[in-house]
Amino acid sequence: MEGRRTSHWWTVWGVLILAWAMFPLLWMVSLAFKSPETFRAGTPSFFPDEWTWENFQTVFDDELFTSALRNSFGIAIIATVLAVVVAMFAAYAIARLEFPGKRLLLSMALAIAMFPQAALVGPLFNMWRGLGIYDTWLGLIIPYLTFALPLSIWTMSAFFRQIPWEMEQAAQVDGATPWQAFRRVIVPLAAPGVFTTAILTFFFCWNEFLFAISLTSTDRARTVPAALSFFTGQSQFQSPVTAIMAASVVVTIPIVILVLVFQRRIVAGLTSGAVKG
Amino acid sequence: MADITLQNVVKRYGDGFPAVNDVSLDIADGEFMILVGPSGCGKSTLLRMIVGLEDITEGEVTIAGERVNEKAPKDRNLAMVFQNYALYPHLTVFENIAFPLRLRHQPDEEVRRKVEEAAETLELTEHLDRRPSNLSGGQRQRVAMGRAIVRDASAFLFDEPLSNLDAKLRGQMRTEILRLQRRLGITTVYVTHDQVEAMTLGDRVALLRRGELQQVAAPRALYEEPVNMFVAGFIGSPPMNFLPAVVEGGELRLPVVGFRPPDDVLARVGDRSRVMVGLRPERFTTVTGDGAGPDDVEFEAEVDVVEWLGNEQYAYLPYDEPEGADTTLEELERDLDSERLRSQLVVALDPADAIASGDRIRLRFDPRSMHVFDVETGENLTLGVG
Ligand SMILES: Nc1ncnc2c1ncn2[C@@H]1O[C@H](COP(=O)(O)OP(=O)(O)O)[C@@H](O)[C@H]1O
Ligand SMILES: [Mg+2]
Repeated sequence: MEGRRTSHWWTVWGVLILAWAMFPLLWMVSLAFKSPETFRAGTPSFFPDEWTWENFQTVFDDELFTSALRNSFGIAIIATVLAVVVAMFAAYAIARLEFPGKRLLLSMALAIAMFPQAALVGPLFNMWRGLGIYDTWLGLIIPYLTFALPLSIWTMSAFFRQIPWEMEQAAQVDGATPWQAFRRVIVPLAAPGVFTTAILTFFFCWNEFLFAISLTSTDRARTVPAALSFFTGQSQFQSPVTAIMAASVVVTIPIVILVLVFQRRIVAGLTSGAVKG
Repeated sequence: MADITLQNVVKRYGDGFPAVNDVSLDIADGEFMILVGPSGCGKSTLLRMIVGLEDITEGEVTIAGERVNEKAPKDRNLAMVFQNYALYPHLTVFENIAFPLRLRHQPDEEVRRKVEEAAETLELTEHLDRRPSNLSGGQRQRVAMGRAIVRDASAFLFDEPLSNLDAKLRGQMRTEILRLQRRLGITTVYVTHDQVEAMTLGDRVALLRRGELQQVAAPRALYEEPVNMFVAGFIGSPPMNFLPAVVEGGELRLPVVGFRPPDDVLARVGDRSRVMVGLRPERFTTVTGDGAGPDDVEFEAEVDVVEWLGNEQYAYLPYDEPEGADTTLEELERDLDSERLRSQLVVALDPADAIASGDRIRLRFDPRSMHVFDVETGENLTLGVG
């Protein structure tokens, strides 16, 4: 009986937290579908009186937004791929090999991830201008990598550590070179970890605002989060709020798709059955 | 197919402790060799040095006459079955078994033929499309074996392959492994801590203690002619009784009885004043009046506990431990994973005898069936006597 009551409480908590988290999202969606003229109507309602695609029309007609979307995709994908590939080898070494300075390396990585980004913005701004990579994709990819790598290495080495050593040794006895063992056994087993890491990294790059606003000045490299703050709406006299919300909905979609597509991959437990059950 | 030889092989891990110490062993072509010993004695380490997963600190390992110390596992052409099976969870049973063949880039139809043949042998045919996680323990075990037999390996290595199965399945798989090995006739090294497996499977058994080889012999020889107390105590279930004995005026005085041993035994004892006498539980019989040999020793003792198992019956007879009990026994207990060796006698009796705890019974044994060990070294003094 006691146990049952406890689990009811968990459900209540779950619903509360879900409502708390969902409310802003729902509001965002609802605003995105309201018409820019009427959203400040005398009798405000949560849901639009009349659903309209007008705001989406507005943002996709706006060069500011479409170029930002392109930049966001490009920068986030390149940074993610680079971070995941490099982190994969680093994490493998950390999980599998004993080498001097391993602990130091891991704590350094953590320290970098903890480093306050705001403190770097000023120096980076000056350096990038000096190096000529201010307002370029590269200028954003580099700091993104810096902060994404430690995170990726930590997550992935945790995943690699769970893969039984024996798996790889069995492959070697079966006739595999160390590289074949890695590619044919470890990589498929580590795939859930790699996907999870890739998604986390992608989210980080996709959502990042501080560097994006500070290290860009034009359409060349400005990403969506930064571009949204420059949004003015269709005309000077209209409030840009509904258009901004529509843009927000658009940039949320890739994230939702990613999570849905890879949800099954992320589910761990793929390794069950490798050993005694 | 190949013979495997180990020459003065030593393994030291990082901390300098020799996990395997100066082991020399010749394994003949086609032989079924068992490595047995209590857990932590270095069996797995030895096996992993043979297969190449562990560097060899000193000594030499040769396979088919060729030194392999420096060869990578893949160049030794050995097949190994791991204790936890180490199946690839992302591959189907078919691909698991085919894995070694795929690595050798064998043509598809040949892979198919070989895998199906192996699956047939191991009764896995209807499971070929399933994943390891959906199989039972015994099936996983067979997949692991399939992966080993599908390629033409020079030898099979098993590391406690049955320890994760329940008792019934273990017995079944044991006979299956034996039948398979006999049919294929491939050199096999089999690690186990279970003496039943050791005794039933092996052509020869190598017994290890703390990284050192104690005795290599056929199961029967190991049982009948153990070279020292460790071997004697490890082989046999329930284990051999060890009774401290005082030698006085040509008599052996045990805690339960004193008697005059045969002359040749006495000669081996020499001028030692204390020895350890080993008597297997099954060497005792109850005295019913007839059938005593001329030299049989008789004594009476009180039964503390009786275990009746239907086909066998054990009685536990406590005795007073003499003063100054030996450290040898304590140490031995520790090495043998602490079976209770002291201050009680275990005897195997005819299950037809109705014996209850508290009874006083008369027992006898043939002194020729006893082993006499040196107290200090544990060495068997009566090897080859009688
Ligand atoms: N990687 C290792 N590093 C250090 N010591 C080890 C390692 N592997 C095993 N040992 C030690 O070597 C000894 C033998 O181990 P092992 O061969 O696994 O024993 P067994 O298989 O007979 O149970 C043990 O004392 C164990 O603690
Ligand atoms: Mg072991």
